Amino acid sequence: MIRIDCPYCGARDHTEFSYGGDASVPRPDIACEDIKAWSDYVFLRDNPRGAHSEFWHHVNGCREWLIVKRDTATHEVAAVLPARGNMP
Amino acid sequence: MSAAPFRLKTGGRIARERPLSFTFDGRRFEGFAGDTLASALLAHGVATVARSFKFHRRRGIYTASSDEPNALVSLGGGGRHEPNARATDTELFDGLAARSQNCWPSVNFDLMAVNGWFAPILKAGFYYKTFMGPTRGAWRVYEHVIRRAAGLGKATLQRDPDTYEHGHLFCDVLVAGAGPAGLAAALAAGRAGARVIVCEQQPRTGGQLLDQPADGPGDDWRRRIMDELAGLATVRIMTRTSVFGAYDGGTFGLIERLFDHVREPPGRQPRQRSWTLRCGHAVIATGATERAIVFANNDRPGIMLASAIGSMINRYAVLPGRAVVLFTNNDSAYDVACDAARAGAAVTLVDVRRQPPAKRSGRCRDAGVAIIAGHGVIAAAGRKSVSGVHIAPVDASDDTRFLACDLLGVSGGWTPAVHLMSHRGARPLYDEGLACFVPGDMSPGQSAAGACAGAFALSACIAQGLAAGREAAGLCGFARTRKPLRTSIEIDDAWEMPIEPYWASPVNGRTKSAPRFVDLQNDVTISDIELAHREGFVSLEHLKRYTTLGMGTDQGKTSNVAALALMAGLRGCAVSDVGTTTFRPPYMPVAIGALAGPRVGPRLQPRRLSPMHDWHRDHGAVYIQAGLWERPWYYPGPGESLEQCYIREARQTRKTVGLTDVSPLGKIDVQGPDAAEFLNRVYINGWKKLAVGKARYGVMLREDGIVADDGTTSRLADEHYFMTTTTANAGAVMARLEFLLQTAWPDLKVHVTSVSDQWAGMAVAGPRSRDLLAGLIRDVDFSAEGLPFMGLAHGSVRAIPVRILRVSYSGELAYELYCPAGFGHELWDRVFGAGADFDLVVYGLEAMGTMRIEKGHVAGPEIDGRTSAGDLGLGRMASTKKPFIGSVLMRRDGLRDASRPALVGIRPVERTQRLSAGAILCEPGRHEGHGIGHVSSITFSPQMGCDIALALVSGGLAREGDIVDAVFSMRDETVAVRIVNPVFFDPGGERLRG
Repeated sequence: MIRIDCPYCGARDHTEFSYGGDASVPRPDIACEDIKAWSDYVFLRDNPRGAHSEFWHHVNGCREWLIVKRDTATHEVAAVLPARGNMP
Repeated sequence: MSAAPFRLKTGGRIARERPLSFTFDGRRFEGFAGDTLASALLAHGVATVARSFKFHRRRGIYTASSDEPNALVSLGGGGRHEPNARATDTELFDGLAARSQNCWPSVNFDLMAVNGWFAPILKAGFYYKTFMGPTRGAWRVYEHVIRRAAGLGKATLQRDPDTYEHGHLFCDVLVAGAGPAGLAAALAAGRAGARVIVCEQQPRTGGQLLDQPADGPGDDWRRRIMDELAGLATVRIMTRTSVFGAYDGGTFGLIERLFDHVREPPGRQPRQRSWTLRCGHAVIATGATERAIVFANNDRPGIMLASAIGSMINRYAVLPGRAVVLFTNNDSAYDVACDAARAGAAVTLVDVRRQPPAKRSGRCRDAGVAIIAGHGVIAAAGRKSVSGVHIAPVDASDDTRFLACDLLGVSGGWTPAVHLMSHRGARPLYDEGLACFVPGDMSPGQSAAGACAGAFALSACIAQGLAAGREAAGLCGFARTRKPLRTSIEIDDAWEMPIEPYWASPVNGRTKSAPRFVDLQNDVTISDIELAHREGFVSLEHLKRYTTLGMGTDQGKTSNVAALALMAGLRGCAVSDVGTTTFRPPYMPVAIGALAGPRVGPRLQPRRLSPMHDWHRDHGAVYIQAGLWERPWYYPGPGESLEQCYIREARQTRKTVGLTDVSPLGKIDVQGPDAAEFLNRVYINGWKKLAVGKARYGVMLREDGIVADDGTTSRLADEHYFMTTTTANAGAVMARLEFLLQTAWPDLKVHVTSVSDQWAGMAVAGPRSRDLLAGLIRDVDFSAEGLPFMGLAHGSVRAIPVRILRVSYSGELAYELYCPAGFGHELWDRVFGAGADFDLVVYGLEAMGTMRIEKGHVAGPEIDGRTSAGDLGLGRMASTKKPFIGSVLMRRDGLRDASRPALVGIRPVERTQRLSAGAILCEPGRHEGHGIGHVSSITFSPQMGCDIALALVSGGLAREGDIVDAVFSMRDETVAVRIVNPVFFDPGGERLRG
């Protein structure tokens, strides 16, 4: 059971959240028409053992999207940030 | 009822004033409150209580704890039947009914014992070797025989009448285990001010102190500490509560057995409770398990762990034999020998060490114990139970002599219970001096104290507990100090002499053919380990899976270390090089019912009900589960089948008017100055020109260019839109829109709100729908000019505000009415009432599906996560003037391939033939590979008078008119079908625009 310290709601069990994938890759601008840029963003991901930055949605809470810095090997959470204003 | 010949006249921790009556295999016995089933059976001299897993050998009671490998019994009856309960930790209660397992016709005369004759062939890998390769077919023949012959108890198929609960606990310091180390830790942490929870799986606290003679210095200590703990308001002690697993972030799984110790839970109280506990720090004080030594016929009833004999004497006042031999390689069995001798047994202690501990030997001799040093037990004698042992000097195994006995206690040393530490990934380390695995590097948030950390003396356990408790409280921010504690104990049980690793006695000429069991529960012998080694299964993980060693209810707690030491011997390496297998939760068996808790039957998951649910129920709807929703499937008349019913509903809707519930559609309120721009980005089509009061059909893609969802969105006001999504994707679309607004486009001034539950929805469809609604909703102009196709109006029925969208899923002249959910039932009633004059029919999901297939509308079976907009015939909707989600990747080569399967309609060439959803489409006569497509949605079409279907076929409508085969292999069925336009009905759209 991972505990996630939501910046809006406080520490909650991960069962209140849904996982939203890798948060380390910058998203191309909506106007970007480069197929390679979009392919890289959508399909190419590292699968690190260790420190990882990922999206979690507080879906059964405040419904804010968060960026969680989590160790994929130990599940230790180093930091939780609102996604707003902290995008890569 | 018989007397209990092995019950001691005095002593123990049983309540002699509370006699209890119970049955074992139908025979009545008497015991006392405080007994376990095992102690009560031993008091009556019941030696054989079970038959072994493979060979059906007689087995007795081996331990006095939850680590029991042998004495598994079935408890209770009917729905309360519980297989594989350990007699050793089953608390006795009045009326307890226990039965032996894995034997027929009885445990004392078991015909399956013939398996024992086949022991030479039933060795490791028997199944793989016998039933693989050319003889594989034999498995089919023999499987049911083998499954019947081998195994443990059988689960009941009846419903469990008891209830179970889930709960959550929070504390600063968790203490797992309430032996001397755990109690000391709890006291230190509690006195520092921390919130402490102490879990003890036994019915009372004390741990190994309960194995000391009653009313001695151990009890004094325990009472003193318990009194002080009782005065600490922040300390909670939970007995009959097992910590079964350690998980991420200071989370632990607990099972509290509230009413396993009574016949049935009083009132409507739960039998067990599973707790999820979160703590700042955990002190693991789970103690240690005594382990066996392997010798010939070491599984005979009457052979027990030495410490179990100590427990029986001191806890339960049962001396399970008259002539006792104890076989040990360490100091701990000497104390048991003294207790047994004082209780009146003739005791001989056989120690493999040449130099016995001086002080303990003196105490033993004073009590009348004979000590034979430098010897080992080579074999046990006796058929039904042990009648003696053959012992020999450790260096001369053929030089045996015989000692008669009716009870043999074995101590091969102690194995710290490191499980909870290892669940978090910490690897235990082998300590050569203690000959056991001890905790290595601790996982964050945990510390270990007492025997589970390799401290086998009481004073060391207490000192470690105090230190760990203090440290844990400090880590949680509690550093209050008080006057020094009086925590010393007047028992000196420190080992005088080191343990001598001794895992198995050698064979001699006499014992060559007798089995030597390493794992009693799984009938795994030394020969099996040797065989596995010869065949290359030398890794411990392979050894375990090849031989089944360490599996089952006890997970090899009394046997694993001996097994891996034996493997180390065969490999010629150190025990530390073999390592341990991976420890995984749960620590001990946990009832599935406790994990499920209240979430069974109708409470398995939430039910979502439409605001009109009661109406549907009262009007005979048959429901279908759609995600969490219970939706009306069809409304059968008397004797009407599903097919008859949906055909009638669809036909009448197209003839007059139909009413259906669309409340489960996802509904999202979109507001803000940038709402139009936002919709422009999430839908493939354009939204900037949609006027207020108009609706538009929209398609959303995923980022990768595949279709994600579709629905209609209408413009209520300049900056206010009302979006609908499919029922299945409502949650996912909402989460995606929030993601985009919060992360990708925080500059857009838009707010989205899910209003799915706030609005009831119903569709009124059919040629007479206009007339019906015009009479009911007087303040709206329903003329073709007043409310054209894709128009929006606001009206009211009495006081009910109604949002009217002229959209059509059925292909008919149709309207969707939305009103606040609380008015849903009433509005439905009024539409239904007004419909009487128009021959209105209520239709369910099946008829809705029929009409959408006739109209060629795509739904879930077509929007299946693999199809592009082009595949579904929606490619022309995609705007080329603006970017939108998926607009770049929908143009990648793979999605533009002309041979991709695309939407078509199909119907059987022979009109009477039926179609099957999921059938594969193949070129005529060429039924190979994945074919050229598949059938996605089928129905009988009342309009066409035959089965029709939507399908995805390579080349799509370019194949229109071709005849191909629809192959459904499951039923060996091939139907020749013609590829047609997917819009079967009203292709020009005159009806819906009329």
